[in-house]
Amino acid sequence: MILEVRDLHAGYGRSRILHGVSFAIDKGEIVSLVGRNGSGRSTTMKAIVGLVRPDSGSVRLDGAEQAGRNAYEIVRDGIAYVPEERRVFDNLSVHENLVLGCQSPRHGIAAWTIDRMYAYFPRLLERRGMKAGSLSGGEQQMLTICRSLLGNPRVILIDEPTEGLAPHIVARVVEVVQDIRKNGVAVILVEQKLTIALRISDRVNVVGHGQIVWSGTPAALREDADIRRRWLEVA
Amino acid sequence: MDFFVVSLLNGLSYGLLLFMVSAGLTLVFGMMGVLNFAHSSFYMLGAYFGYSVGRLTGFWPALIVAPLGIAFLGALIERYLLRPVHRHGHAHELLVTFGLVFIIDELVKLLYGNYPLKNPMPVELSFSAFRLFGLDYPFYRVFIALVAIVMFGAILALSRFTRVGLIVRAAVRRPHMVEALGHNVPMVFLGVFAGGAALAGLAGVVAGVFYPTGPSMAQELGVIVFVVVVVGGLGSLEGAFVASLLIGIFSSFAVGVNWTLADAFALVGVAGADLWGGAFTVKLSTVAGAIPFVLMFLVLLLRPAGLLGERQ
Ligand SMILES: Nc1ncnc2c1ncn2[C@@H]1O[C@H](COP(=O)(O)OP(=O)(O)OP(=O)(O)O)[C@@H](O)[C@H]1O
Ligand SMILES: [Mg+2]
Repeated sequence: MILEVRDLHAGYGRSRILHGVSFAIDKGEIVSLVGRNGSGRSTTMKAIVGLVRPDSGSVRLDGAEQAGRNAYEIVRDGIAYVPEERRVFDNLSVHENLVLGCQSPRHGIAAWTIDRMYAYFPRLLERRGMKAGSLSGGEQQMLTICRSLLGNPRVILIDEPTEGLAPHIVARVVEVVQDIRKNGVAVILVEQKLTIALRISDRVNVVGHGQIVWSGTPAALREDADIRRRWLEVA
Repeated sequence: MDFFVVSLLNGLSYGLLLFMVSAGLTLVFGMMGVLNFAHSSFYMLGAYFGYSVGRLTGFWPALIVAPLGIAFLGALIERYLLRPVHRHGHAHELLVTFGLVFIIDELVKLLYGNYPLKNPMPVELSFSAFRLFGLDYPFYRVFIALVAIVMFGAILALSRFTRVGLIVRAAVRRPHMVEALGHNVPMVFLGVFAGGAALAGLAGVVAGVFYPTGPSMAQELGVIVFVVVVVGGLGSLEGAFVASLLIGIFSSFAVGVNWTLADAFALVGVAGADLWGGAFTVKLSTVAGAIPFVLMFLVLLLRPAGLLGERQ
């Protein structure tokens, strides 16, 4: 397993949000975290990458403990984070946004480069000099994913990448996520649209009240109406 | 005409000095989200350090050494006073900087006395730049402007053309996201804090031999510098530059203008308004100190984010 999360506890100030999250992911896998709003999916991601400091528990990247380290150290060691709401630097150009993402590649993995990103997304090349704030929602989402990939991660955490996008753009984002996996990167995905999460994931973790309450294959979750009703569907 | 040119030159020089002090303040605000009340104390300390070092080495070495000393002090303050309270929230950070103002004020009075120092200008700079309408224009004002312009060019180049500059520009906007891309934001912030302190210190050294070096220096500039940062747009370097010049020039003109409201009325054909007394006979020059605040009020009314601010 490239990333193992065990018994992770975390929260903000006095409110404790995560009460022992455990799961693991291997190279080239897509693992989804699904759950209701406020169940703690984003907090799980922030705790893994160190933006929220875990109170206890362990996050092992290829065996090396990450919990308690600074976010920038964890990211440099190979965990990339794509936040919800596509946080582009709207005061900087598209190209500058990409430059900010660049970190030196680690050996063994084909490096992502800005040129490769431009070849992959000609739209970004066309707009390289424009302010990132002027891009459409879909373009901004591509930009944030590319920006994080340029850090040449082993694991990438992507939080609600299809939120608020038109259907044909959603399809494109899904393709991109699958392409990332093909490059050997492990993808941890928070996806609100259950059909998408079930279609592209190797395994699904259901998050409820700050814990993983169910874990299994997409096929098993499709069968289990009870779990879906209890933890996913909005009453 | 002579009044106009002299006021403009004085305003430019004073505005550029304001910019030297506000540059660091606005960048630190962008990254930290908190206004550092103690920032203009670095300006005052610059003047005193400059004075002390200058007595040993002369003015020119002090111009380099004193800002470096202030940078070091700024780094210590960030690392050992601000960073530990950072996770407790903005209110705590504000209080720390607020407390520092008093500590620095008292220390300065304790060490140098509660009165302005005799801190003369170096003779090689104390000459007249040119004669203007029969008056000598002091070269030192030109010198202040030159130092500020060189500094502005340097930080603009740093911020546009270097990777660190790019990281700072991004971190002023979204510090957490920059960290999530693998950049050591706490380190960069320490550097910006120390650098901003050094610039304020440099302004202090330069201004200290021209305006009096005294224990009220920080207070006198403190409020104006906040106004500059708010008018320019919190976190915007270019905004601070424009706002500094505006405020410098407006204040400098106002000081020399003896117009009253009554004159304004006379201008539009209502004579004799001065006989009404009260507010109608107050000279603009006597309320010059209020000009920056009027400007701030107007800007906030029309553009709440400041002239070049982009924040919500
Ligand atoms: N910065 C924060 N400060 C305090 N509480 C927060 C913060 N961010 C999230 N929370 C709280 O933590 C809980 C879990 O939030 P989280 O963002 O992890 O949920 P989520 O599963 O990602 O759902 P969604 O994205 O739909 O909000 C919520 O109750 C939320 O109010
Ligand atoms: Mg979320």
